[in-house]
Amino acid sequence: MGAAVKRSIAPVFWLPFGAGGMLAALTGPALVLITGLAGPTGIGISPGFMSFTRVTAFAQHPLGKLVLFGTIALFIWHGAERIYLTLRDMHAGGKLALMWICYGTAAALTLVAAGALLIIGVG
Amino acid sequence: MIGPRPYLRPAATSWWMHSPYLAYTLRELTGVAVAGYAIVLLAGLISLASGKSVYDAWLDFLRSPWSLALHLLFLIGMIAHVWTWFQIMPKTMPRLAFRGRIVPQNRIAVAGLAVATAAFVIIVLAAEWVQP
Repeated sequence: MGAAVKRSIAPVFWLPFGAGGMLAALTGPALVLITGLAGPTGIGISPGFMSFTRVTAFAQHPLGKLVLFGTIALFIWHGAERIYLTLRDMHAGGKLALMWICYGTAAALTLVAAGALLIIGVG
Repeated sequence: MIGPRPYLRPAATSWWMHSPYLAYTLRELTGVAVAGYAIVLLAGLISLASGKSVYDAWLDFLRSPWSLALHLLFLIGMIAHVWTWFQIMPKTMPRLAFRGRIVPQNRIAVAGLAVATAAFVIIVLAAEWVQP
């Protein structure tokens, strides 16, 4: 026959979905508890835990940059894939439109995270 | 028209609001919590890059009742994500054999939940360890 096999692009998005899902399953509850509840209120942890100087030093370190970028980007791509698939199942819109909205937003936010880490620099 | 035309059984547009699909919808909603939390972190990162006064304003926002309520929802969503993630994992991975026997799915789920619990304890202890 010789007809070209039409390959799906979907597996490209499964990798960050799976990686982000596993990372969130292992670190998510602890991170939300520390940076969203205990850190800001100082309950159970020192009030200076998330001070400007400390967090700047963390974000200037290459390992800190990797943790911040990996967490933010993978969490966002994980959520984007879930939201995309669910909106598809809800027949909320056309395939291409939903792909652009969900993956486009994830890609833009990934670039913003990379840009912010670049601006913060290495001290 | 050329090619297959799959039959689509008519369904109400609100199918996802009702049992048994509601469980699926709630599981997918955990993705909103995961991405939403990352967006709050990203806002913090942008404010960090903008300078101390902007970063302190972000910290003030984190202390507001709105943010605390939001993070409480994120925490519930994250815990639901952990629970459902390890329920799905054995169903999506290749079958695992140990000493010639297939490892039961619920055992893989329990092992995953145990690892997640250990990771939670380690991260919280590490945060306590590095606090000023």
